[in-house]
Amino acid sequence: MSYFSNIYNGIKTLLTGMSVTGKYFLTSRKGAITQQYPDNRDTLKMFERFRGEVVMPHDENNEHQCTGCQKCELACPNGSIEIIWDRGIDETTGKKKKFIDKHIYHLGLCTMCGLCIEACPTDAIVWAPNFENSTYDRTQLTKVLNRPDSKVKAGIED
Amino acid sequence: MNISLNITETIQEWLIGMMPEGAASIVAMVAVALIYLIIFAVAGLYLVLLERRVAAWFQLRIGPNRVGPLGLLQTMADALKLVSKELTGTIKADKFLYNLAPYFVIVSSLMALAVFPFTKEFQAFDINIGIFFLIAISSVGVIGILLGGWSSNNKFALIGAMRSGVQTISYELSVGLSLLTMVVITGSLQLSEIVEVQKQGWLILQGHVPAIIAFMVYMIAGTAETNRAPFDMVEAESELGAGFHTEYSGMKFAYFFLAEFINMFIIAAVATTVFFGAWLSPFGITESIPWLGAFWFLGKTLVLVFLMMWFRWTFPRLRVDQLLTLEWKYLLPINLVNLVIMAIIVWLNLTIKF
Repeated sequence: MSYFSNIYNGIKTLLTGMSVTGKYFLTSRKGAITQQYPDNRDTLKMFERFRGEVVMPHDENNEHQCTGCQKCELACPNGSIEIIWDRGIDETTGKKKKFIDKHIYHLGLCTMCGLCIEACPTDAIVWAPNFENSTYDRTQLTKVLNRPDSKVKAGIED
Repeated sequence: MNISLNITETIQEWLIGMMPEGAASIVAMVAVALIYLIIFAVAGLYLVLLERRVAAWFQLRIGPNRVGPLGLLQTMADALKLVSKELTGTIKADKFLYNLAPYFVIVSSLMALAVFPFTKEFQAFDINIGIFFLIAISSVGVIGILLGGWSSNNKFALIGAMRSGVQTISYELSVGLSLLTMVVITGSLQLSEIVEVQKQGWLILQGHVPAIIAFMVYMIAGTAETNRAPFDMVEAESELGAGFHTEYSGMKFAYFFLAEFINMFIIAAVATTVFFGAWLSPFGITESIPWLGAFWFLGKTLVLVFLMMWFRWTFPRLRVDQLLTLEWKYLLPINLVNLVIMAIIVWLNLTIKF
């Protein structure tokens, strides 16, 4: 008699579904996932894996970890990254060494694919959780990631 | 004919002092109609808001909360926007039927509201075939949907309208039979009599097992009658654009939209009247204060409306064949057997009376 077991199973599964949504309904006040964005600008914290824009972190001595290896420039599928580099004498070893002059990042071209960050051997560039990137002038979207007068941290090799 | 116009009488007596009797009765009817129109236009708007808030809570969202305090004016603003919109139409549309269709839908749903006993006194039209009138009037609305779909000169609208016809005509049977099951207990179709019978216990308690089955069948078929999800074959956004009202805009669209929500209120109000004792308070706790009946009536109705919203935001949609299988293979046979069981129970006096 599959007819009656069909009815029984139908009612049972429907009630299971209703109990699930009912629990959500009762707890929705505490767990609402909606962010009322412009109001909570001060307290809004984006999640860890959010891809806002690429930045290059500097420490307190104005030193970054970029060796100028250009792997990010090669990895980028649409040319968002340009690196202007030069050669200089390393103070400790006295050998010739590559260093970056400007690490240029075109945010307007970037598709946030993250291949540059995966390619970076020294973790010099990372994702920042900043998402308020709109400007009135698109030249402002071309950013130089390394700060002026910054230099590579000692002991960073690729 | 035992027709009494409870609230009209009160207004009429007050008016007779000022004008001749014939004019007074006409003015009284117009006044009552206007009162109902205003109350239910506003109630419809707030049902839309309730639906949106409840949907948001089910999906862990917040819902509209910007326009007015707690978002209470959101649907008012939406209605104002729709009033200001252009009324568009297709080139080869049947203009007369196209313009007529929304009025069929909204008028039929507003007509059904006249017979509900909100309290002992607040009932516009206590007709002696109340339940029959409700079933009859609720199937007039489908003509409006069919006309709207056909006259739009749009294939999607036509398919939506035809599905609506299939759905409403099939589920009409279940609604009618489940209400008939309860009429077996009351022995009367008049709504005030049905409420009178329930002073010995609400019908869902009096009729125990078959009444509960009838209630479940009624709620399923009633949800299908209002063309809401999970039975929204008529609108089916993923398949048909917007179904029968694809070509409607502005206020005509708003009429269809409002009628859907008033229909939901009607289905819940019928269930309240027939199964849950209408304006009677539980255990007669507020019997000494008659006007609180409206509070109990609306409270019970809103609980049932919430149940229908719960259905909508939980269950997956049905295919057309599943829709018809559910009606013809499951609900209808269960309903017929249930009717016989109820008749036997009433015959052997097995009903529970307090």
